Amino acid sequence: MSELLLHGGRLVDPASGVDAPHDVLLRDGRVAAVEKAGGLASHAHSLPKELQIDAAGMVLAPGLIDVHVHLREPGQTYKETIATGTAAAAAGGFTTVVAMPNTAPVNDSVELLEWMLDAKRGAAVNLLAMPAATFGSMGVEITDFHKLAQAGAVGFTDDGKPVLEDDVMRAALVAAASLGVPVSQHAEDTRMTGGCSMNAGRVAFRLGLRGMPAEAESKIVERDIRLLREIERVDHVRPHLHVQHVSTALALRAIREAKKDGLHVTCEAAPHHFTLTDEAIGDYNTNAKMNPPLRDEANRRAVIEALLDGTVDCIATDHAPHASHEKEVEFERAPNGITGLETALGLALRVLHREHGMPLSRVIELMTKQPAEVIRLRERGTLGVGSHADVVVFDAGAEWNFAAKASRSKSKNTPFDGAPMLGRVHATICGGRVVYRA
Amino acid sequence: MTRLANRAVATEVAPAHFSAGNFATPAEYAPGSLLTVEHLSVADVADILAMTSRLEHMAAHDRAGVLTDRTVALLFYESSTRTRTSFELAAKSLGVTTTLVSDKSSSIEKGESLKDTGLTLRALGAEAIILRHPSSGAPMLLARVTGLPVLNAGDGMHQHPSQALLDLRTMLSRLGLGVDAKIHAKTLDGVTVVITGDIRHSRVARSNAMLLPRLGARVVLCGPPELLPEDALGLGSGLEIERDFDKALRSAQVVMMLRIQKERLAGTSLDLAEYVERYQLNDARLAASAPRALVMHPGPIIRGLEITSEVADGAQSAIEEQVTQGLAVRRALLVRALGGQA
Repeated sequence: MSELLLHGGRLVDPASGVDAPHDVLLRDGRVAAVEKAGGLASHAHSLPKELQIDAAGMVLAPGLIDVHVHLREPGQTYKETIATGTAAAAAGGFTTVVAMPNTAPVNDSVELLEWMLDAKRGAAVNLLAMPAATFGSMGVEITDFHKLAQAGAVGFTDDGKPVLEDDVMRAALVAAASLGVPVSQHAEDTRMTGGCSMNAGRVAFRLGLRGMPAEAESKIVERDIRLLREIERVDHVRPHLHVQHVSTALALRAIREAKKDGLHVTCEAAPHHFTLTDEAIGDYNTNAKMNPPLRDEANRRAVIEALLDGTVDCIATDHAPHASHEKEVEFERAPNGITGLETALGLALRVLHREHGMPLSRVIELMTKQPAEVIRLRERGTLGVGSHADVVVFDAGAEWNFAAKASRSKSKNTPFDGAPMLGRVHATICGGRVVYRA
Repeated sequence: MTRLANRAVATEVAPAHFSAGNFATPAEYAPGSLLTVEHLSVADVADILAMTSRLEHMAAHDRAGVLTDRTVALLFYESSTRTRTSFELAAKSLGVTTTLVSDKSSSIEKGESLKDTGLTLRALGAEAIILRHPSSGAPMLLARVTGLPVLNAGDGMHQHPSQALLDLRTMLSRLGLGVDAKIHAKTLDGVTVVITGDIRHSRVARSNAMLLPRLGARVVLCGPPELLPEDALGLGSGLEIERDFDKALRSAQVVMMLRIQKERLAGTSLDLAEYVERYQLNDARLAASAPRALVMHPGPIIRGLEITSEVADGAQSAIEEQVTQGLAVRRALLVRALGGQA
């Protein structure tokens, strides 16, 4: 029997409707007891000090869940490995991450999925995966959803690329619907974005870079929503579309309308899209290059608005490590993506909570309960009694500056080196084990 | 032998009205670099033009001693006639040892990165690098990784700062202001410059549109929406868009034409015949709407497309003088780049 007692902290567990001082007892990988402050005092006396965490002045919350990370293994382990990427996740307060399939080779088979999820990979936190929606993520033929779901797939995606063809996306949505998992779409009409390396607009014009129009994102979202309507009407199944890293007001408007109409659409927003605009590219900073790109201020505000009004279901990082030599090249040649696991909480609290008045519990909900719902995780994203013992302990008021060189990730490609953060992770507990301690 | 006084080049600070965005401060680039006209203050422009004149007035044999034993690399990832030759001749006229590296005949073909190419040139003794590159922003990268002064000889669709300076000097020369006119925020007051053609893809247009208004010019951008999006107005204040070329011409003291690349019209709703009809600068149009305007073109010219031979070779044309001014201005940029160490 292994136990860990967390006492003196403010428990914020939106799934249980709790935001008050509580003590939490973890036992054998589960939450054994949650009591009002001091309620587990007798237990504290019998438990050795090393099995207790003094959380006075701290927030206790369910371990954070990120439905969108790139861990680069297999095939690109010079950028990241499952071990280093999940160590970065633990440092950022995450206890569950969902690996995207654009590894080398692409994760499009049961064999590869099982290899990734194998304990031998050394994941520091719970590792889940969304395999490719189509073989090789080539957008032509859908993979074996049924077998992959049995092997643990929590959704399907060709992330990095869209599923562009209507009939292929339709087939993917129908197949996933019968399994109760989402198709997670990277919404980009690549016919409109060839040769583009940033957002279209005045900054792109000034920098002499080709820009991706907002419509390249919204057109795919609108097309996918049309498919949902058609499938519900014709096939009598209820497909679940999850839109990744939404970055434009146009796409958010389409999602908001679809939700009102009762369609099963969820979406995620990335911290960089609610924190930065394309001005952050400055003098061609390749660490501000990702896809979808940083947009203008109006779109940034639209993302924040959609987080505040509930249109956005969860915060996801799109953690995308790249080696320094890959980023230290001409802007147009640099790969897309930035790391994000260790800056997500600090940015969400600073931008959403402090600057835009989002209650702390809502920030937590967007990083725990709601991402768990997107991928239908049970007994995670909550600290209700009986659920998994995944906990983050953080100082919600701590102001600090992120240092890329201190990152657990193998790669340091972040635009947030030196950026101010609000809220600092003190400890991360996954399955009852301490996986990170500041 | 006359030697120019060594000029201690202070770290330059971008003018305040350009600090709205997250511009990297020019402090991170070696003094003497010229990467974008945004990094030039009006005083810098005045200094460069004054230096140009001083060098111009020197006897050739004196000029040849100004930068003796200095080494500059020309790194060209794109073909070029005017810019490359004038930088090279400018350097040689100052006594500089030059070496030319082009992407076609170097290890760049084997996949060597811009960073490694720059570090190699530095290790071989290059004290400054003149870079022409198809990727916007490449000169910033090269300047950061080598720490050397870098002169941007054209990067993608971004900037061609030495072109804007030579265009400015050509205007001063031909508009009666004189090449030694005092340079300040009102030097070009009352001057309307119409820039016409493929502004979307033009680094020359960007550099001129960002430099000339700061000296008092009114700059009118002219072209169809496919080649001139409204986003162009974000380049700075003092800019206007006018789609009607004839109307724009009627207010012009200077008309600057840009090359049309046929392949760039493909896929747009524009066809070439229609473009020529609406935007070609020909004798009839010039005589009707701008009979006294100065005609400029950064080259290369596609005769019969954006401009007719009669206009290009006509009395109002300053096209050849632009090339000559390029040689003069680039001498000053080289002295500035290597300044303080001569």
